[in-house]
Amino acid sequence: MSSGAFPRGGTAFVAGATYGMGEAPGYDSLDLAVHASLKALDMAGMTPADVDGLFVALPSDMMSQLSMAQYLGIQPRVMSNNRVGGSSFQTYAHMAALALEAGECDVALIAYGSNQRTASGKLVASTRPSIYQGPYKPLLPISAYALAASRHMHEYGTTREQLAEVAVAARKWANLNPDAFMHGDLTIEDCLNARMVSDPFTKNDCCLVTDGAAAVVMTRADRAKDHAARPAYLLGAASATTHMEIASMPDLTVTAAVESGRRAYAHAGVGPKDIDVAEVYDAFTINTILFLEDLGFCPKGEGGRFVEGGAIAPGGKLAVNTNGGGLSCVHPGMYGLFTMVEAMEQVMGIAGDRQVKDVNLALSHGNGGTLSSQATLILGSEATL
Amino acid sequence: MDQIRPERDYEAFLAEGRFMIQRSRSSGAYVFYPRVAEPRTGARDLEWVEASGDGIVYSVTVVRKRPPEQDYNVVLIDLAEGPRMMSRVVDIEPSAVKIGMKVKAKIASEDGKPLVVFAPVGDQA
Repeated sequence: MSSGAFPRGGTAFVAGATYGMGEAPGYDSLDLAVHASLKALDMAGMTPADVDGLFVALPSDMMSQLSMAQYLGIQPRVMSNNRVGGSSFQTYAHMAALALEAGECDVALIAYGSNQRTASGKLVASTRPSIYQGPYKPLLPISAYALAASRHMHEYGTTREQLAEVAVAARKWANLNPDAFMHGDLTIEDCLNARMVSDPFTKNDCCLVTDGAAAVVMTRADRAKDHAARPAYLLGAASATTHMEIASMPDLTVTAAVESGRRAYAHAGVGPKDIDVAEVYDAFTINTILFLEDLGFCPKGEGGRFVEGGAIAPGGKLAVNTNGGGLSCVHPGMYGLFTMVEAMEQVMGIAGDRQVKDVNLALSHGNGGTLSSQATLILGSEATL
Repeated sequence: MDQIRPERDYEAFLAEGRFMIQRSRSSGAYVFYPRVAEPRTGARDLEWVEASGDGIVYSVTVVRKRPPEQDYNVVLIDLAEGPRMMSRVVDIEPSAVKIGMKVKAKIASEDGKPLVVFAPVGDQA
């Protein structure tokens, strides 16, 4: 099979922003997405009228791109709201890069907003379970990920303490991020003693339920520097899928991130050893462990041991989920775009107290459904072109 | 020509007390959940066959409820025929269900509808 002809470094993230992180009462999801978009466009020195490529997902709007185009008063040439859960946004960046490179659009806006917390107060399932799963009453999405965690523990000896390491590391990063919803001390003991929700997960193994919005602006590389001092160039992008419902996942310890990562690295011409920061979609603690393995940061089965001893916390051996992640920063239902904003900020060097030194390569990884869809982006500084 | 209506047929068999899965006449491979065609090949030669009911617990989670509601398990079962399905292991404490446990299907009634569940085989509880 051809590896394709992804335009490595042909496009760049020139701006990105978040809005309404945590709680944003009184706004609907589209209001929040627009606020984040306007912040990002301000940063790029643009207005909505400059946008001719629009990619947007909202929690419960099947035609969100039409709603947003109408709201902004624009008539984009290219639009999509491809829905693969939280990884949708990585797929938008992939498609936007191809559309920009082909000249089908010149300015791509990727946006998301959700008022999940103030509107409903719980994780909202976005699909109806089939008759083959619904009657067994899995607590979705939590139980599906819990089944993956149980299997990983069985096959590789992964422990609840190692899962807790992921939550603790996320909190330590969140403590450096003023926009994070959760701050304060969190210990391994706290996690182990927390209320069990769906074994082996306690509430601390599960992502937050927040409001929040995010947006990024992409252009072709030739004009990126007109809009950003230090653009974050898109070097590689790929997505892959293995299933929809968890019973159809071939191996619960191996995700399609193996495939999305392999292709994204190939496009970028880099490997996991080259990556300075990894922003991976941590809806649950097992996600971080699975994705560190599947994206090549450690061998299969070693993820639990890899994260021990604060290895992915600030000052550890690999900077992972530097905004605090879905576990401690923000999780409005589809978190993928927040990993892209954080990866961009780290490459641009504007991440404040949580800025990792000398970031040239950042990985952003999205997950959707119940480990169903995986999508990987590699962002690089000018030095990587 | 067979006219398979996956959900309707599956539920009709269950109502008769039969746990049926599908098999491709050409490849011999078993299919679950029910579909109109075999995955990948697209072969439209699926026939309904009785499941052996033999299975092994592939993974398990226990959904924790606040009393007076009862905790319950959600499992994935690897059927002897190959496919995997979600189910529940009954006749055992929810937290006593272990990966690798041998189980046998039976048809329970829940919310007025038949449902395939599994029970431990022999003295594993």
